[in-house]
Amino acid sequence: MTNTCLTFRDLTLGYGSHPAIHHLDGTIRKGSLTAVVGANGSGKSTLMKGIVGVLKPMAGEVVRAPGVRAAYLPQQSELDRSFPARVVDLVSLGLWPRRGLLGRYTRQDRDDVAKALMAVGLGGFEKRPIDTLSGGQLQRTLFARVLLQDAELILLDEPFNAVDAKTVGDLIALIKHWHGEERTIMVVVHDLDLVRQNFPETLLLARQPIAWGETRETLKPENLLRARRFHEAWEENAPWCEPGEDAHAHGHDHHGHHDHGHDHDHGVGPRAA
Amino acid sequence: MDALYGLFIAPFADFGFMQRALIGSLMLSLGACPIGVFLMLRRMSLSGDAMAHAILPGAAAGFLFYGLEILPMTIGGLIAGVIVALGAGAVSRFTIQREDASMAAFYLISLAIGVLMVSIRGSSVDLMHVLFGTVLALNNEALMLIGGIVAVTLVSLAIFWRALVAECLDPLFLRSVSRLGSPVHFIFLGLVVLNLVGGFQALGTLLSVGLMMLPAAAARFWTVRVEPMCVLAVLIGFASCVAGLLLSYHASLPSGPAIILSAGVVYFASILFGTRGILRARIVHHRHRTA
Repeated sequence: MTNTCLTFRDLTLGYGSHPAIHHLDGTIRKGSLTAVVGANGSGKSTLMKGIVGVLKPMAGEVVRAPGVRAAYLPQQSELDRSFPARVVDLVSLGLWPRRGLLGRYTRQDRDDVAKALMAVGLGGFEKRPIDTLSGGQLQRTLFARVLLQDAELILLDEPFNAVDAKTVGDLIALIKHWHGEERTIMVVVHDLDLVRQNFPETLLLARQPIAWGETRETLKPENLLRARRFHEAWEENAPWCEPGEDAHAHGHDHHGHHDHGHDHDHGVGPRAA
Repeated sequence: MDALYGLFIAPFADFGFMQRALIGSLMLSLGACPIGVFLMLRRMSLSGDAMAHAILPGAAAGFLFYGLEILPMTIGGLIAGVIVALGAGAVSRFTIQREDASMAAFYLISLAIGVLMVSIRGSSVDLMHVLFGTVLALNNEALMLIGGIVAVTLVSLAIFWRALVAECLDPLFLRSVSRLGSPVHFIFLGLVVLNLVGGFQALGTLLSVGLMMLPAAAARFWTVRVEPMCVLAVLIGFASCVAGLLLSYHASLPSGPAIILSAGVVYFASILFGTRGILRARIVHHRHRTA
């Protein structure tokens, strides 16, 4: 399929021997804008890490379409705010895909950095040390870096945390702008109203996908109820998930994705609607 | 004029060993101070100290087999340092243990082995030499070695600068755009070891980390950007070397401690008077702008 950006094949991601994402199958269409929702511990951030490649799959794989570069805004950044850097230095890291380790920054690059800061409403903040930024300003700075990365696939993990209403509006506008540019975007969000208003497609996770598809359909009360019943805790002595028994253990959840009609309800990614 | 000449120039003009000590220590500053800045920014200041201890068994092994010879002791130190740096780095990268704990474990084991080896065959004078170095007895061989180490350090820093900054500033981001994260970390640890070994000729295993960390720690109080911080650290290192050597010459003090103490004076002065130091912070607090 040429219009596929990401393909998940029997993807299992996790920590230790415990899966946080369990046997995920499906595809993300190029140019789609997907909200990823679910309770705490349902595997949303883990899925993001798996897609970027920071976390290696325990089983299965994520396949990126050739030539697709990803920009990733993590939920818990490992950013060192005490590092002596200015806003412009932080945003300029976004030039890495373009310039790599040794390429010189050109005048054009510097203009792009300024434009990116302008786009997130931080024009004139170039020289500010990063330890003087507020939480929301820092978040917008990181958005500017994502902007500069100019990636085909954009992954945002809870980008609206600790951000005021006006800024959320600005950032949503930016996301919609990216959507208009046919970039593929996945955003982890908690605010379901925000999702209903702004995201055409939604993936509802509870270790396994509960529902996946058009937002209104996915966020139906019965799906949300199922997601809520999800048991967050690991069980130390949970039975091993064997490939053979697999079909019985989880069959009703992910097996159907391959061959049954309800594929189209929550299985193989959103259709070209 | 003559008094000034006698005070500042004559010691270096008249004595070959002072010239070599000056050249050696200035070269050391050039490489070690920027490394110290990054050690500090990565919150690994004490790792440098630990690593300096870790070098001891290697140097001791060289000493055990070849006596007080520079090259075997240096190579031994280098090997021990690399083993400890890589071992501790690998443990922290691939297990849940943090680098501070793994580094402490590795260096303590290493240090114990080192002291044991020195004590097998040495007198306490030899031990003092290994621990505190002899900047005034740098021969040409040692100078060449230091020169080589500085060249490797500066070239590596120039090549990996952007990755090193990214790895300090936002390691997760670097991992998401490039595979350089781990290699850069290990290259950096390698440079730390290399510079400590270089410094150990002149200042000994214990004090060589002083020339690395004190100028860096002092420079932190003056600027909010990495590049000027490195330059400033090097300049502070230069000044400390010159001042320390003169002090040692005129007051007949041991040269290594004199150099480190000079850097210590700059450090305390920076705490007080630096643009981000105590006094400045107090004064600025009294006045503020409207926005």
